[in-house]
Amino acid sequence: MSTRRQAITLYRNLLREAEKLPSYNFRMYAARKIRDTFRANRTINDFEEIDRQVANAKQNLDLIRRQVIIGHLYTADKLVIEHKKTLRPDC
Amino acid sequence: MQKIFGRLQSRVLRSSTNGAAFIIRQESSSATPAPKFAATSKEFRARQVRFNIKNDHMQGRPLYLDAQATTPMDPRVLDAMMPFLTNLFGNPHSRTHAYGWETEQAVEKGREQIAQLIGADPKEIIFTSGATESNNIAVKGVARFYGTKKKHVITTQTEHKCVLDSCRALENEGYKVTYLPVQENGIVDLKQLEATITPETSLVSIMTVNNEIGVKQPVKEIGELCRARKVFFHTDAAQAVGKIPVDVNAMNIDLMSISGHKIYGPKGVGALYVRRRPRVRLEPIQSGGGQERGLRSGTVPAPLAVGIGAAAELARQEMDYDKKWVDFLSNRLLKRITSALPHVIRNGDPEQTYSGCLNLSFAYVEGESLLMALKDVALSSGSACTSASLEPSYVLRAIGTDEDLAHSSIRFGIGRFTTVEEVDYTADKCIKHVERLREMSPLWEMVQEGIDIKTIQWSQH
Repeated sequence: MSTRRQAITLYRNLLREAEKLPSYNFRMYAARKIRDTFRANRTINDFEEIDRQVANAKQNLDLIRRQVIIGHLYTADKLVIEHKKTLRPDC
Repeated sequence: MQKIFGRLQSRVLRSSTNGAAFIIRQESSSATPAPKFAATSKEFRARQVRFNIKNDHMQGRPLYLDAQATTPMDPRVLDAMMPFLTNLFGNPHSRTHAYGWETEQAVEKGREQIAQLIGADPKEIIFTSGATESNNIAVKGVARFYGTKKKHVITTQTEHKCVLDSCRALENEGYKVTYLPVQENGIVDLKQLEATITPETSLVSIMTVNNEIGVKQPVKEIGELCRARKVFFHTDAAQAVGKIPVDVNAMNIDLMSISGHKIYGPKGVGALYVRRRPRVRLEPIQSGGGQERGLRSGTVPAPLAVGIGAAAELARQEMDYDKKWVDFLSNRLLKRITSALPHVIRNGDPEQTYSGCLNLSFAYVEGESLLMALKDVALSSGSACTSASLEPSYVLRAIGTDEDLAHSSIRFGIGRFTTVEEVDYTADKCIKHVERLREMSPLWEMVQEGIDIKTIQWSQH
């Protein structure tokens, strides 16, 4: 698989996995962080550096998977703003 | 308080309807039609209900905007800690078996990660239970060790309670302590500091970033001054490490306190940096097995040490990324609030500050009532340690804030995990409730009429 395809697959998997984080704040942060990191690293040409970043992303993907499990084991209520969308819009 | 208000209101309403009914009955014989009274009663009710927030019930947990009190633990930190909370349970000081070796290695890695963040040598880092303990060890330890020759300590009035209380304890032991006042922007006056240092002085303790108003002290300049005058310089950097660049060598810091749970690490762990060259000596507070160079006896909690190490490593990697985000959110919040509300005062220097700590005073609004109204946002009027008391913050009093403004201050703490949505929600709620509370306030009415509140002589009955 070319590195480009590999990177895109990783990016999609990371975002998909981050979407499952139950905590609103962690979920939002993960999505933002993944997007910004991939965007910032888009122009890297050095193959060694690419390999390092890909390995890093793989590690983070595993990490997010573990944290999704832990997060679902000890859930808390949703935040006000997560509920808000279904409630009256004026408050 | 809301309950009381609601009850009062219902009483008012009830008596008014009774009154109306009574009048109606009396005048029923005359030609006046009854609906007129019903209308006024309705109007009256509408006016009363306008301020009522009893039915503003919100579902869900409050948003968290109190990053100065504590921060949520980063999932990446938890991930690093998990093995040491489960299978790798050894005592890091056990030298005779593999359980000890593996945890010792992890603890040393954590030490290295902290050292890297602040530009120190790993040997100079001591694990403690938190910044409070670090501050105690630093202030009391140095003062007592050099106490036979030097009996003077300098600190500022805006320090955290644990530094001030340690100094109070030293005073009881016969030391002289100078509590330097700060300027109106919250920053210490270097000339005044220089004038206060005497040959008797052993330690200067000034915090890097204030926990209530977010003001950054000129640590580099203070460090230079202290080095030139051969006085040890301790700084409480619990709110600064990992958020702004700190380098102990460039800033000539001799001792520095670090907290784990303010940098998205675990609670119950902190670190103290103690310089080795030139050597800073201190008298340990805790006696025991002589761990941590004999300065802090007691088994190092391996999972927590790993956690604070991982948090420090992350903070180092993401300092710029986090700073950009926090700056962006902080500006957004400030702009949104100040563009909608007049008479909002920012406490502390607007330039020399950590933007994640935004302390605003809403004039003519009582801070506690605002906090109560904003119950779906976790906020604080000052430090968590003093949030149980209704006294205005001593930090705000030290920077010369008027009593009424000090009572109306709220601290917004923004961090790595705060979102735009949260900031917007908080700002909108804040604006709504400040307007509501001001409309209820007779003081606000007087201000609208152009009366200067300060000129009023309040008589006491």
